[in-house]
Amino acid sequence: MRRLILRRLVLSVVILLAVSVVIFCATLLLPGDPARAILGQQATPERIAALNAEMDLDKPAIVRYFYWLGGLFVGDFGYSTSSGGPVSALLSQRLVSSLVLMCLAAIVSVPLGIGFGIYSALHHGTRRDSAVTWVSLALAALPEFVIGIALVTLLATSVFQVLPAVTMAPPGVAPWRLPSQMILPTITLALVVAPYIARMMRATMLDVLDSGYVEMARLKGVPERRVILRHALPHAVGPVAQVIAIQLAWLAGGVVVAEFLFRYPGMGQALIDAVNFRDVQVVQAVSMIVAAVYVVVNLLADIVGILSNPKLRSQS
Amino acid sequence: MSDSAAVALTGDGPGGPDRSDAPGEEAGAVKESASRPVPILRRVWAQSEGRIGIVLTAVIVVLAFAGPPLAPVLTGHGPTEFAARPFQSWGLFGTDELGRSVASRFLAGGTLLVVYAVAATAIGLIVGAAFGMLAAYAGGILDAILMRCNDVLLAVPQLVFAMLAIVVLGSHGWVLIAVIGLTHAPRVARVARAATLNVINEDYIRAAEMYAMPRSHIIFREIVPNVTGPLSVEAGLRLTYSIGAIASLSFLGLGMQPPTADWGLMINENRIALSIQPWGVLLPVLAIAVLTIGTNLLADAIARATASTNVEGL
Repeated sequence: MRRLILRRLVLSVVILLAVSVVIFCATLLLPGDPARAILGQQATPERIAALNAEMDLDKPAIVRYFYWLGGLFVGDFGYSTSSGGPVSALLSQRLVSSLVLMCLAAIVSVPLGIGFGIYSALHHGTRRDSAVTWVSLALAALPEFVIGIALVTLLATSVFQVLPAVTMAPPGVAPWRLPSQMILPTITLALVVAPYIARMMRATMLDVLDSGYVEMARLKGVPERRVILRHALPHAVGPVAQVIAIQLAWLAGGVVVAEFLFRYPGMGQALIDAVNFRDVQVVQAVSMIVAAVYVVVNLLADIVGILSNPKLRSQS
Repeated sequence: MSDSAAVALTGDGPGGPDRSDAPGEEAGAVKESASRPVPILRRVWAQSEGRIGIVLTAVIVVLAFAGPPLAPVLTGHGPTEFAARPFQSWGLFGTDELGRSVASRFLAGGTLLVVYAVAATAIGLIVGAAFGMLAAYAGGILDAILMRCNDVLLAVPQLVFAMLAIVVLGSHGWVLIAVIGLTHAPRVARVARAATLNVINEDYIRAAEMYAMPRSHIIFREIVPNVTGPLSVEAGLRLTYSIGAIASLSFLGLGMQPPTADWGLMINENRIALSIQPWGVLLPVLAIAVLTIGTNLLADAIARATASTNVEGL
């Protein structure tokens, strides 16, 4: 089992390295001259040459790749051409804000999804079950911004005006200091991922409820509540963990749209600004960080899967 | 490489592996060899999900294609013409942020979204299916290399990948189609590979190999017809995500560029006035919602229909 985990670990590292090559090569194709972009009006040939030397742009691409890769390990993501400062200063606070938002969304969506999945499975074949199924199918189809705008219309502007529609934290104040502004972005992201968790939970729960050991427990007179919580649920949660992980990894991408919609000062917002300003170093850094989050979450899910699988446990 | 690694990086975002559960309910139904199977369209139509999905999708598609010629006729203004002062209650749905008719822009704004989404889905399906089937059929080192490349591509979320491409290549229509299509490809390839592995050991493939049929012939005549079921489910799903992704990019201001009339872009342009003149946002949101729900219901119905040839009773 340890070898299996080790192998997954190595694979994750290789994948991240390959992603870094892809991201770096993509930006090599970019037309334009970063030094000229930074200097703007003050661009003289000498200054451009000096800045190129300072940013190592006069070196061959392969050398620059290794400089860049080395920088990633020590938190040096290069210079932002639009703000002029180091990328790490621009992103560090935003990374924390985004992670907080993602965690909140996870905390809301996982119990929500599991709860509705179980509810649906327990009422299998009834009207309640089909209501949950229809709602989750519809929600699952909707892009993030559609859900977000529906919520804003409903709760912030047109129908009820109970929550702020956008995040307006003064500079330097962390957005979670203003909890009412976190509610809508969190619900939006939670509603995006919860339907998938609910559907998977329902499916595995139905499988488990159909099994011999649940029938056995019922036949020997175990109270229904205990049958579900102690006999069925632990078996049903295993496969759901994988889906939860995939959904949380999906949040790493979905958070971009939610942040833009609610003007939440996170990584996604930074990424969109950077794309608009063609700020290559920031785009590289954000893509790399998002990919890292994605890979790490998947790795954790796999390790949990390996650890919780009794067949793999006994093989070692 | 272990299979668990492959499973872990499905990276499918919403709609990933849980879809496979849907068909489970009819698994008990057995196809009777004597009777001819019911055609798939009728099996989809036989389910309420399928009917509603088809109707919803059809409504928006008709709107998207009939809208552009009708827009100037019905509203008296073209989608990029100045009609009245910005954000006024002019005509049926008012004016947008530049004083253009919201109704006219709404009618004209769906065509590109639908066309781009279908094109991106087609690219994703063709490229993904080709690589997936090739990997499964070739096996060995080629399979391993292709699937590891897949894992790498899956490690970057679709929207982030699209943004990377837009930074490098600019936001042109072909870039949107190509990048959304190509980011679908590894996800489709996974499904195609799994479906192909299921049929590859069947006797009729062995027989075809014994007769020394060319590989291309085996792939196109023997394998393709047997993997169309999972692939058609995948097509519906990918279409839903293509619509979502392209509309999202336009909403972020990175997709369709002004002054194009486009639903995603309209939402971006008009959302500052959501509280005073909401139609410029709500109409396109509604249209995108109906379209994606429709295609998703359709995908789900296709999944059930392909899982069993006997769903008349649903």
